[in-house]
Amino acid sequence: MIEIEHLTKVFGTTKAVDDVTFRVEEGEIMGFLGPNGAGKSTTMNILTGYLSATSGTCRVNGVDILENPLEAKRNIGFLPELPPLYMEMTVKEYLDFIYDLKGCTFPKTQHIKEICDVVKLGDVYNRLIGNLSKGYKQRVGIAQALVGNPRVLIFDEPTVGLDPKQIIDIRNLIRMLGREHTIILSTHILPEVQAVCDRIVVINKGKLVANEKTEDLVTAVDGSRKMIAKIVGPEEEVVKALGAVAGIRSVSVLGKRDTDSISYLVESEDRVDARKPLFYTLASKGWPLVGLEGMELSLEDIFIRLVSDQKKNARNRKGGEN
Amino acid sequence: MFAIYKRELRAYFVTPLGYIFCGMFLLVSGLLFYWTTLAEQSTESLSEYFLYLVMMFAILIPLLTMKLLADDRRIKTEQLLLTAPVSLTGMVMGKYLAALTIYGCTFLVNSFNFVLLYLYGTPNTAAILANILGTFLIGAAFIAVGLFLSSLTQSQLIAAVSSIGVIVAMLLLFFVIEYVPYAWLRSVLQWFSVVDRYLPFMNQSLSIPAVVYYLSLAALFVFLTVRVYDKRRWS
Repeated sequence: MIEIEHLTKVFGTTKAVDDVTFRVEEGEIMGFLGPNGAGKSTTMNILTGYLSATSGTCRVNGVDILENPLEAKRNIGFLPELPPLYMEMTVKEYLDFIYDLKGCTFPKTQHIKEICDVVKLGDVYNRLIGNLSKGYKQRVGIAQALVGNPRVLIFDEPTVGLDPKQIIDIRNLIRMLGREHTIILSTHILPEVQAVCDRIVVINKGKLVANEKTEDLVTAVDGSRKMIAKIVGPEEEVVKALGAVAGIRSVSVLGKRDTDSISYLVESEDRVDARKPLFYTLASKGWPLVGLEGMELSLEDIFIRLVSDQKKNARNRKGGEN
Repeated sequence: MFAIYKRELRAYFVTPLGYIFCGMFLLVSGLLFYWTTLAEQSTESLSEYFLYLVMMFAILIPLLTMKLLADDRRIKTEQLLLTAPVSLTGMVMGKYLAALTIYGCTFLVNSFNFVLLYLYGTPNTAAILANILGTFLIGAAFIAVGLFLSSLTQSQLIAAVSSIGVIVAMLLLFFVIEYVPYAWLRSVLQWFSVVDRYLPFMNQSLSIPAVVYYLSLAALFVFLTVRVYDKRRWS
């Protein structure tokens, strides 16, 4: 559906995107992950025809964005980082304008009404966009991308600056849209891609770092699990006892955070669930386990791993050549 | 293209800009008209009225053009327009024609002034028509200049000020030329001078080369505007 090959974009002397290649299959929701300034927006801007690539090709539905831009753009709905809204228009006027702009042919009122139902814009249909809250503006931006029923949707950080409830709403909406559209979703929030995406492409400093199924990437990187255990018992003995449990790699004391229990950071071996042996060991000693939580793997963790892997590989390759 | 044209036209009248332009145009033109013809009790100096009006374009036209592209760049709606299935030329032309329409309509309303002349005398209709055509075309060319300058910045203020500067320079060329010591340079400058081209109209005749020149000037700047967008995409 979307094919990006050897895409490179140079701004002056900096390479914003450096030889990036990936594909998105029909019906897939792809998470496009990277820290700020990694080249996500640039890639998306090239894909939508807003910028031109220095080299490389972008094809949407088999149509090259450079060779046949109008045809390719018809297949794409794009929500840029900042929703492109005219503040002095009402939602209705704005969507009517988008409809005309995209030169749609199906029945206008019905089509726009359907979109408003999907993104829940009914309440504000006749209000000025400038007076809407940020969450609603974001929805108008999404509605704009949906006009014309494009097969590919590209969302650039759609949940930035929204409150938690709005974030959940937008995520649900994207998941729902994913049933009928191919979606690229850029973000720098890991739980977001875990919640929504089938596949993750990670880029850093313009270079492709990973391109994998969501579960594969998370488990591959998250090989060893960390958890925080709150245990009531003598500190040194607990550390010793837990250290001896099969499947636990290391135990360290985090300190006293409650009145009676002590918190420990427990790291298990790769791909081992150490929670049960942990519990039985503590139970047999008569030390109550009053709390146990898994540590969420953060984007930083993934990054540090992926980037350091990349460096290692590069070194190995260099070593091989020598 | 039509969608952009329609939206732009509407935007002139949901913001005060369109009203300010129309109001100022009619006020200034009305006063000039009064001083040059009604107060003089003659239509002899009618051409002067048109010349003054052209001078006033330096202030009036930038009002109309400063927002056209600069504002889209500032509020990022540019991204919407450039990723929509519309060609660059279509987008730029939509904007240009919207400004041209407002200008044309105001000009039409303004032409009511001349009806008054017929009530009190027998003015030279051919001369009036020639002047109207010439003035209108100069305005159309200046709109293209303003459009071009608006595409270079995201600040309306800079767009307006630079448009005023460029248009004033184009007009002043007429007065500067006589101080140029070299004959060959004088004739080159005269060839480019908007006002020099206008002189035949003032002598009540239609100058085809001038019409072609003004149209080319408009086309050139619309083309340059398209090139600005094309270039920016690649840089």
